[in-house]
Amino acid sequence: MKHSSFFWFVLPSTVLMLLFIAMPIVSVVTQSFYTAHEQVILEVENCGPFGCTQETSVDQEATAALREAEPLGKFAGFDIYTDRNHLAFGEVAAAWVKSDGLPDFGSSLMNLPFYKALGFTLTYTAIVTPLTIVLGFIVAIAVNAVAKSLRGPTIFFSLLPMIVTPLVGSLILFWMVDARGILGTGLQWLADDPNLSVKASTGLMWIMLMVYGVWHAAPFAFVVFYAGLQTVNTDTLESAMVDGATRWERIRYVVVPHLMPLVTFVALIQLMDNFRVFEPIISFQASAHATSLSYAIFNDLGGETRLLSSAAATSVLTIIGIGILLSPVLVRTWRDFNR
Amino acid sequence: MNLKTLAASCALIASAGASWADCGIEAGRVNIIGNEFPAIQTIAAEAAECATGGVTIEANLTADHQTLNVAGMSGNPAEYTSAIVANSSIVALINEDVIRPLDDLVAEFGADIPQRQKITVGGKVMAIAFMANAQTLAYRSDVLEQVGLDVPTTYEEVLAAAEAIRAAGIMDHPVGGAYAAGWNIAQEFNNMYLGHGGKFFEDGSANVSINNPQGVATLEVMKALTEYMNPDYLTHDSNGTQAEWEAGNVALMNMWGSRMQNIMDDEGSEPQVYENTKVGGPLMVGDSGVPASTLWWDGWTVSKNISDDDAAATFRSLAHAVSPETLTDDTMEQAVWLIDGYKPAPVSEGVLAAVKAGTAPYPMLPYMGLLHTALGDNVADFMTGKESAEQTLADIEAAYTAAAREQGYIK
Repeated sequence: MKHSSFFWFVLPSTVLMLLFIAMPIVSVVTQSFYTAHEQVILEVENCGPFGCTQETSVDQEATAALREAEPLGKFAGFDIYTDRNHLAFGEVAAAWVKSDGLPDFGSSLMNLPFYKALGFTLTYTAIVTPLTIVLGFIVAIAVNAVAKSLRGPTIFFSLLPMIVTPLVGSLILFWMVDARGILGTGLQWLADDPNLSVKASTGLMWIMLMVYGVWHAAPFAFVVFYAGLQTVNTDTLESAMVDGATRWERIRYVVVPHLMPLVTFVALIQLMDNFRVFEPIISFQASAHATSLSYAIFNDLGGETRLLSSAAATSVLTIIGIGILLSPVLVRTWRDFNR
Repeated sequence: MNLKTLAASCALIASAGASWADCGIEAGRVNIIGNEFPAIQTIAAEAAECATGGVTIEANLTADHQTLNVAGMSGNPAEYTSAIVANSSIVALINEDVIRPLDDLVAEFGADIPQRQKITVGGKVMAIAFMANAQTLAYRSDVLEQVGLDVPTTYEEVLAAAEAIRAAGIMDHPVGGAYAAGWNIAQEFNNMYLGHGGKFFEDGSANVSINNPQGVATLEVMKALTEYMNPDYLTHDSNGTQAEWEAGNVALMNMWGSRMQNIMDDEGSEPQVYENTKVGGPLMVGDSGVPASTLWWDGWTVSKNISDDDAAATFRSLAHAVSPETLTDDTMEQAVWLIDGYKPAPVSEGVLAAVKAGTAPYPMLPYMGLLHTALGDNVADFMTGKESAEQTLADIEAAYTAAAREQGYIK
């Protein structure tokens, strides 16, 4: 392709990416280095239907002047990143000095909001990603073996979990595991404990969220692998059969190596998706048991007082986290590409 | 027909049956954002009656109003000319300086508005309140009769009654409450902490002080109550609690006055349940003499970043909406109205009792929202048994302090 036609070809997407991806990230990074001005507080008398009380209020005139002088707010450097609600350097150091042994240090660490969120996010990513790939692969192999006439409907049903909106899918499961729902009551009967509740137990809630994560994402892996299966060389498969390879050996030595690049692709997408796990936490109302980095951002912005800088700092840390997580896969892809 | 007049006419059709009113407004744009429940829908529909050829009146009523109102009022001109708020949420609008003092508009157009409806901050009228709300006891008279107990007035009596109901085998989980992690459980903490005579902040400063004996006692009473609740209580918000009540699983709960009508009407439950559902006063706890509840008002504001014409149109249409004509047989039971001519119904006895008992209003402090969020994020750790009460309170204080420092309230 000529340089000029290449330039015109990619120009629209470059402009859009700059506008909608690069610019917001620049804005978020900037925001994370600034905090609100020091508030000028006035003692005032507030009156209403229930009488008068002495309370405090923000002095608007003084604040307006401060905002005029520095519209971005007060420069804070890395203060937001290191405060207790984020990386909490001070608290982590104190916990390290005070703790007796690693488990004690770990539990102090899990008491800090950022590490608690990171702990769940990483566990979720580490468990859901491989399970999604394995389950998606098994479903793809199974569907590929189904008689041709039944394949259409089978594929449709296998894709259903992905078609259902995440919020709706998790709400359905949420009501089923309710203490009075079919699965919740079933579990109580199985465990012979009338007070057993998935929603009250942190362990069960984590399992629930991960089961949902695998259920929801497996169809994506399935579709990709199923497409890949259609390109497996039938000559190779047939010669393997002539050589006396069993079905398992054919999968192990012919199909899996053929699909390896797709596994990398699915892993890449799933790592990114799972690291920003969010919807299930909202619809399972699981915030008492599990929080993720995305949930922390949502929580900062959803309160009565919006914490813009805090949300910005968590966003930047999430981007860095995804970068670290993806680096091995990216390096591998780069090597494959150059080979 | 442009989009705005279309939207305005839709709003008018929605308020079918409403009469056309001449509010004397010649021109202007009115756009109201607020929460969605019957009383606010009534206010928005009444305001929409003022629409004429030159006046467009729209309303966006949604449960997500708090995430939209500051952003929608920060532009110039602001998208929303009025936000319907409560004493907790007005603070965010004052902090961001997006609402205007109403004194001049009150002087010009609001002669009929009684003094008690005016919300003043430092002597300036910032909002006009139209209804009051509070959390009080709801109880099942038939169940209490079965166990032979009087209506509880304190949380200690609630616990005793709950034990009696469970021991009699009537209900496994007789206590209800909006204990969902987040805003709801934080509000229950606030109620109980005020009931124990606690103070949230050091006098005149933004320094939090809840890690004290009252704080510990608060958490312990809450935990004792949860022993009698559905094990899923950390996911039950007001809607979930109402569902439990209507299913007949609960006999005692602390509930919003604005929701009492929903549990007492014949929709959603058996006659056995709704006929025996009664409203009590606010519950006491400990020996402080202050009820374990908070008083709330809902009211409307006017945006700062709009033209004088739009501000006048907004004020006059909403002043029309809170005039005595709004109260009809249909709307009377929707809320405890602060509007002249309000006749109390049985559903509103709880809120009126709360006002009478000297319940504290929810604090209108610039940094209260930050504490509410910190409470909502951490109280559940004690309820699930992960931490001691002292550790939970220390975590709340630390989370609040970090957020308040970022917002510039603490150096």
